[in-house]
Amino acid sequence: MSETTPTSRTGTERPAADIVFDHVTKRYPGQQTPALDDLSMTVPAGETCCLVGPSGGGKTTAMKLVNRLIDFESGDITIGGQSIRSVDVTTLRRDIGYVIQQVGLFPHMTIAGNIGVIPGLLGWSRDRIKKRTDELLDLVRLDRSFASRYPAQLSGGQQQRVGLARALAVDPPVMLMDEPFGALDPITRTEIQDEFLNLESEISKTVIFVTHDIDEAIKMGDRIAVLRQGGVLAQYGTADELLAHPADEYVADFVGADRGLKRLSLRRMREVVAGGDGASNGASPYADAPSVDADATLRIGLSTLFASGAPAVQVTDGGRLLGTVTLDQLQDAVAGSSS
Amino acid sequence: MSSYFAFFGDNAALLAELTLVHILLSVFALAVAVVLAIPLGAWIGHLHRFSFAVVSVGNVLRSLPTLAIIAIGLALYGFGIINITVALVILGFPLVLTNTFTAVEGVDPGTVEAARGMGMTGWQILTRVELPSAIPLISSGIRTSWVYIVATAYLATFAGQQGTLGDIISNIEGYGLSGVLAAATISILLAFAGDALLGLAERALTPTGLRLLAERTPAADAEPAPAAPAAA
Amino acid sequence: MTTAAGALDLPTQVIPIFEGPQCAPDQLFCWDWFTTNWPTILGPSLVQHVYITLIAVVIGLVISLAAALFAFSRSWFASGFLGFSTFLYTIPSLAFFLMFVPITGLSLTTIEIGLTSYTLLLLFRNSLTGLRTVPRSAVEAAEGMGLTPNQILFRIRLPLALPSIMAGIRVSVVTVISLATVAASVAPLGLGKPIFDAIHTVFSTELISAGVLTILVALVADVLVVGLQRLVTPWTRARRTS
Repeated sequence: MSETTPTSRTGTERPAADIVFDHVTKRYPGQQTPALDDLSMTVPAGETCCLVGPSGGGKTTAMKLVNRLIDFESGDITIGGQSIRSVDVTTLRRDIGYVIQQVGLFPHMTIAGNIGVIPGLLGWSRDRIKKRTDELLDLVRLDRSFASRYPAQLSGGQQQRVGLARALAVDPPVMLMDEPFGALDPITRTEIQDEFLNLESEISKTVIFVTHDIDEAIKMGDRIAVLRQGGVLAQYGTADELLAHPADEYVADFVGADRGLKRLSLRRMREVVAGGDGASNGASPYADAPSVDADATLRIGLSTLFASGAPAVQVTDGGRLLGTVTLDQLQDAVAGSSS
Repeated sequence: MSSYFAFFGDNAALLAELTLVHILLSVFALAVAVVLAIPLGAWIGHLHRFSFAVVSVGNVLRSLPTLAIIAIGLALYGFGIINITVALVILGFPLVLTNTFTAVEGVDPGTVEAARGMGMTGWQILTRVELPSAIPLISSGIRTSWVYIVATAYLATFAGQQGTLGDIISNIEGYGLSGVLAAATISILLAFAGDALLGLAERALTPTGLRLLAERTPAADAEPAPAAPAAA
Repeated sequence: MTTAAGALDLPTQVIPIFEGPQCAPDQLFCWDWFTTNWPTILGPSLVQHVYITLIAVVIGLVISLAAALFAFSRSWFASGFLGFSTFLYTIPSLAFFLMFVPITGLSLTTIEIGLTSYTLLLLFRNSLTGLRTVPRSAVEAAEGMGLTPNQILFRIRLPLALPSIMAGIRVSVVTVISLATVAASVAPLGLGKPIFDAIHTVFSTELISAGVLTILVALVADVLVVGLQRLVTPWTRARRTS
């Protein structure tokens, strides 16, 4: 990769901004229960907040309030301290990247045309748009030759990459994503999730990510907001907090009875072995134990341990032995951090 | 049969003159229908409201027998160009209206939502997303409309507007069956020629991406993608 | 005062235009004339018009359905028949009616040949489209359950094609009603007869009466077909009630 910084050089280099929901209530006309009931929460700048909940929980409603695709009556939403109602709605939306499950590429425009729509409306020069398009195609790992193709010629996964690129075109500080990977097959979904995580670490965006899949939320979100029927916020916190201390029965149910196992996915073997005792190194009593990469999750470690029947696993980092981890240590690691 | 061919030679000048007027009248009526129907259909399709009204108006207008319009017109506003134009516009208008409306309203909701979420204004969505996607269907409406109008324009004679091929078609006593068939042949050729020309225009105007999309999803067995829940 | 048909020596019924009531010649619409002539001229013409239409649509439907079933598995026939029926639509209707006069004379048969031909495009195309766009899954399920190809055709495909066929019937009914008026200049039958009589005399009461009656016939027929459509395809309106 000759690219030194994948963030926008032709974009506008805007820092991420926090999003604050302040006592927001949304009631659809003719409906008894509100779609969203007195929601207050803060998504810190640069973080990804996953909204999860059942159908009718108001997660999509909450997201669409931010770019005012849906209007609300009471409360306020601010982005970077500025109320979204104080800005012209068109200007507001152009500063917010929007990615949806159906992708919604314009079928009559080429990939380059799709990515360049908003830059074009903003009056960017042809040259700048072209450069930006190439940059974005690199960013979402599509060959630059895709620029002249049409949406109909792309697979579902490729289309959603273009959807991402299009949303990032003017380097918006905020992104809204509505079940963006929900229509993809499992393999493609995992692939594009990983790439998005990668991409997120390179570009700093505040993301609101709607999903009905708790595993996706745990994987993608820095924080997770669990909504319940009637648009009430049941719990808001990091994945670890949710899994370790579900606020109530409902959240515990929602994150799943296997939440202990899910917590194992949140941490890497490296953390446990580093936190473990270095004294067990040297002449290891577990010389023929199976080895696990340091960046593997505890869940993988546990699985390896169980599958091999050995009392411990060796943790390696690029061939170098970091140490060993036993079943007890794994258990402590999860149980310990929860108390 | 030989008198049929002879008729073309013997009456070349007359046929040429009548054909020209026939074309002018048809083009004029089609143009009026299109100018009225496309903005109306596009706007209502864009709003996603009043669809019942459009469909009903389209169905009612489509049901009106052309000769009845001419007859009532004769009583209300008399003979001539206005009478036949009104009748032909009423014939062509609903086809273009319903096709435009259906096409614009039927643009993939995901595409429109993406456009809205990106900050396109209603006008930009209509002109840059919805109308380009609607071109094939609008065009087929215009083409069918043309075929109907050209084949019906001969009724001008009954509306008291002389000078079209109807002068011959409605006067079998004067020109004989071979004359009627000769004039009808020209009318048929006009229908096909206009349809072909409009087809060329459609090809030129239809964005490549849409053609690829159409090739990818054959009309038969095409099932709409499962709709995403409107509000989670 | 001769119509095209009159010139060809068809015994035409002479209409006493100002029979009975007092109507001023410059009056736009004379109700007395209408009521006087309803039982003798307008009413019978209307009934004739309905008959003419029914005959054409029923014959057209039988031919189109047979052709669609035949074309269903033979695409060469489908495109051939489609091309032929598209061609029919470009022919000025009056010329088409006149074409058959040397063979079948100035008769109802001549009119019906023409009108039936005009229904073919719509009915055939819609029947074929309906048969072809049946969801693959339904057909596969039927195959899996052991239905024979004929059973699938008549129990699955044909019923599921009904909405499309009914839509074709709807358009062809109003089309035939419209074209039947023109046919009256060849054989003086139906509501076209008083229309042509009035066009030649510019008698506004008769123009309006016959014109409005024709429009009413078309609108009522349209509504009736829609009602029939709802009756025979109840599943198209079934919605989950939740």
